[in-house]
Amino acid sequence: MARMKFLCDADRCIECNACVTACKNENDVPWGINRRRVVTVNDGKPGERSVSMACMHCTDAPCAAVCPVDCFYTTADAVVLHSKDLCIGCGYCFYACPFGAPQYPRVGNFGSRGKMDKCTFCAAGPEQDSPEIEYQKYGANRLAEGKLPLCAEMCSTKSLLAGDGEIIAEIYKERVTQRGYGSGAWGWRTAYRETVGV
Amino acid sequence: MRIWSLDRLISPVVAAFILALGLLVAPAWAQNTTANAPAAQAVSEQQLLDELGKIQGRITIPDQKAATLQQPQGRDYQSFQRSTLPWVGAVAIIGMLLAIALFFFIRGRVRTQAGESRQKILRFNALERLMHWTTATAFIVLAITGLNLIFGRRLVLPLIGPEAFSTWSSWSKYAHHFVSWAFMLGVLVMLVVWVWYNLPDRYDANWIKSAGGLLDKSNRTHPPAGRFNTGQKLVFWSVVLGGISLSVSGIYMLFPFAFTDINGMQTAQYVHAIIGVLMVAVIIAHIYIGTLGMEGAYEAMGSGTVDLNWAKEHHSAWVEEQQEKVGGRTPPHTAAEPAE
Repeated sequence: MARMKFLCDADRCIECNACVTACKNENDVPWGINRRRVVTVNDGKPGERSVSMACMHCTDAPCAAVCPVDCFYTTADAVVLHSKDLCIGCGYCFYACPFGAPQYPRVGNFGSRGKMDKCTFCAAGPEQDSPEIEYQKYGANRLAEGKLPLCAEMCSTKSLLAGDGEIIAEIYKERVTQRGYGSGAWGWRTAYRETVGV
Repeated sequence: MRIWSLDRLISPVVAAFILALGLLVAPAWAQNTTANAPAAQAVSEQQLLDELGKIQGRITIPDQKAATLQQPQGRDYQSFQRSTLPWVGAVAIIGMLLAIALFFFIRGRVRTQAGESRQKILRFNALERLMHWTTATAFIVLAITGLNLIFGRRLVLPLIGPEAFSTWSSWSKYAHHFVSWAFMLGVLVMLVVWVWYNLPDRYDANWIKSAGGLLDKSNRTHPPAGRFNTGQKLVFWSVVLGGISLSVSGIYMLFPFAFTDINGMQTAQYVHAIIGVLMVAVIIAHIYIGTLGMEGAYEAMGSGTVDLNWAKEHHSAWVEEQQEKVGGRTPPHTAAEPAE
């Protein structure tokens, strides 16, 4: 089985936000929720870099560890998913997530939030037997169709890579060797406790 | 009319010259600065994390929380929730239960030595009892629903299954949010009504020296005390100070991100959870000594009146004060003026 990961090559990202749009469209993401976002660091200064960020599907995921109702699970492909039926909207996963991935559709009184929503690596959720309900709650299940997440597939500069960790790390290493520079795999050390040696 | 004027000729020549010069110079300049090392000035993830602890940038969506690209402190929060908090909570609560069990086993129930006098004296008036029980009921609801978030996943979920546990946790979360306001109000009223009697007085030093007579198995040590003895004062101050810390950190969480950022929210959780479990331990001891642990103690908060002999043994200075007020007679509990 593959170990699915995201890798954003910050030296290629042009902050076009196509990944954000692709994700919203493919997964029919509710209004106000961004499963993926592009953050520009040192904006307007020499050496600024944009990084497309979503759930990194961490090794030993912090969200899963802190969830008081244990609604997270990890698939055989190491994708971190959760059940919206069990989620109580406490917000702990947002405090734990190093990447700000969990999103909540409602802001109610006294911090009520509604069921958490986050990137599923286009692998949807637990209702695999009823695709319509699954789509409604979690979005597309592209992985089941043998396709990779649409954000990475749509990326115009091929900055965002999604797929088996070893393969995308190899692609990135090759790039860095060829062009002679690379600002590294953003977030990998925090998410996977390893990085791409280049 | 002249077609070829001098100035008309000069300008294209000058323009061509400048352009040619530019074409020659520009690549050389570009090569020296960017072409060879386009990433030379690039921001580095590791450097940002080393210098600032987290990475923040600019985003084009309204949700400004999303501008934090990475906060590795989430991993610290993870280990706090997964091991630090359950350990501190378990040690504090189980430790307190064991200590009380040991105390009960060795010392037994604290009896009123002189027996019942059948004379009653008013100890807590209706307002005091109302505020005590409002705060107490709220605290018990908050403690159970709060402990559920720490230990429920480990202890209750395996028993009742994920669906039932999720439903219960969802309701308990709402209960925690709404009942918290009653607790906050109770703590504030308690502070105003009782703070005067809980300031240090001349009996405290002696009370502490003899440990309030708690360790005297013969039950003969009864250090004099005013309305509240030192042990009760300690409970009062831990409820007031602990309650205020819980309230402030709780308000941070009731209005997430209204007053602070992600790391501030984590700190609010650390403070709230640790003080919460310590308060549970303190209140367990308070409940014990107010009910099972001491004969005659519960009536004070139950009916509001206590037996005169009990009052003389445990709060001698207070009883003298009350009797002086009514001119040496025993104040009846039906006195028009509440005994305070």
